[in-house]
Amino acid sequence: MGEAIVITSGKGGVGKTTTSANIGTSLALLGKRVCMIDTDIGLRNLDVVMGLENRIIYDLVDVAHGRCKLHQALIKDKRFECLYLLPAAQTKDKHDVEPEQMKKIVQELKQDYDYVIIDCPAGIEQGYKNAVAGADKSIVVTNPETSSVRDADRIIGLLEQEDIEPPKLIVNRVKAHMMENGDSLDVDEIVSILAIELIGVVVDDENVIRASNRGEPIALNPDTKASIAYRNIARRILGESVPLMSLQQDKGLLKKMKSFFGMR
Amino acid sequence: MAQKQKQNTPHFVTIKGTKEGLILHLDDKCSFDQLLSELEAKLIRTPADDTTSETQKLSVNVKVGKRYLSDNQKDILRKLVYQKKHLLVDEIDSEVITKEKADELLRETEITSVSRIIRSGQVLKVQGDLLLIGDVNPGGCVMATGNIFVMGALKGMAHAGHSGRKDAVVTASLMNPTMVRIADKYVQVDKDNPTIDIIGECAFFDEGSMSVKFDRIHILHQIRPSLNRL
Repeated sequence: MGEAIVITSGKGGVGKTTTSANIGTSLALLGKRVCMIDTDIGLRNLDVVMGLENRIIYDLVDVAHGRCKLHQALIKDKRFECLYLLPAAQTKDKHDVEPEQMKKIVQELKQDYDYVIIDCPAGIEQGYKNAVAGADKSIVVTNPETSSVRDADRIIGLLEQEDIEPPKLIVNRVKAHMMENGDSLDVDEIVSILAIELIGVVVDDENVIRASNRGEPIALNPDTKASIAYRNIARRILGESVPLMSLQQDKGLLKKMKSFFGMR
Repeated sequence: MAQKQKQNTPHFVTIKGTKEGLILHLDDKCSFDQLLSELEAKLIRTPADDTTSETQKLSVNVKVGKRYLSDNQKDILRKLVYQKKHLLVDEIDSEVITKEKADELLRETEITSVSRIIRSGQVLKVQGDLLLIGDVNPGGCVMATGNIFVMGALKGMAHAGHSGRKDAVVTASLMNPTMVRIADKYVQVDKDNPTIDIIGECAFFDEGSMSVKFDRIHILHQIRPSLNRL
């Protein structure tokens, strides 16, 4: 019996889908059986980020309405034997799925997979309720900006009312130099406001966008800091205690390189 | 003969004149109907000068002892007294209240303690005083009919005395609110508004300036001695 983790944020565009794709991939890299569910019906893109868009035959709404078997709708990843995706419908509406149906689907998937990663849509309406319905755990993604933290706070409040474990926090798109200058919120500041356990800090990296556009999650490429961060998050999900990559170190390395090239 | 009979029947209604004015004592052992009929009889039997009392608009206090009167019964009483004698009932004083009212009063003076974070979009509303063991995050809101004490950071909105108590106060270990309201007065905290600077850990309604003010917590016992319940 696996566990279902919902990735949510409240605000749109903070990197829920990217995070879902990369956590899913990282867990698969660690040899776990993983199934990802895209619940953003009408605005799906987890399939695009995973590069599986052209393989969709059936979708979540088809499964929910019994038009196909669950295993028929699952798409196997190109790179892993043990990574699957249940895509969202593009032509339907979020109201076409009920939380009860979602619960049933997640329950069924949990029998066969170690981890079910649920990618939640932005907002706190029907789509959010569907995504949270079957989840055992939750991860809240936020960016180091006030509006995003405010929405994360709201969503944490809502998650606390659900019958799931206390949410964990990922601070995404961290720009070390902005934090240093005090132009953006500090990670510590965010954690003190939201008062939940921090499970990972992911630096802002152009390579993430580059990889997403190519349909390959960044976690596959271990050369980047963002990739390491996602892999570490996956290991923390498995229960390992991996120290947080300190931004200070990052700065030190950068400074070292800069001084190496004679820059100030 | 008639006088003797009068003495034998118990008096349910007695009228007394004191320094404070007329007081109508109504017995609390008889039925309400008995009371009304005797009241009717008594007020007629002692016919005061109707014209003078009308112009003077004499007021009277009614003491009903350990009798509970519903609002409806109070109205009937008021009407009867006014019709018969043109006396205005100032106050109906009863020594008993309903359990409901008692609970209400109790809740009004009680301190409700809550231990959690009030997050964005959440509203915590209590009757009486609120003791919050936790933060109020930006976008969160705490309301109480009495005082609000936050044992954490107040970064959102606090509304003390929301049913109209102007003497209610807000205190917080870390006072950094977006807005503080006390009864119907409020103060918005703008970073670029230099007229209000948050000093100290408490907010209260200042009668002198008719506005909500912030100050150090140690002045509270001077301006709100009622906070001491020792």
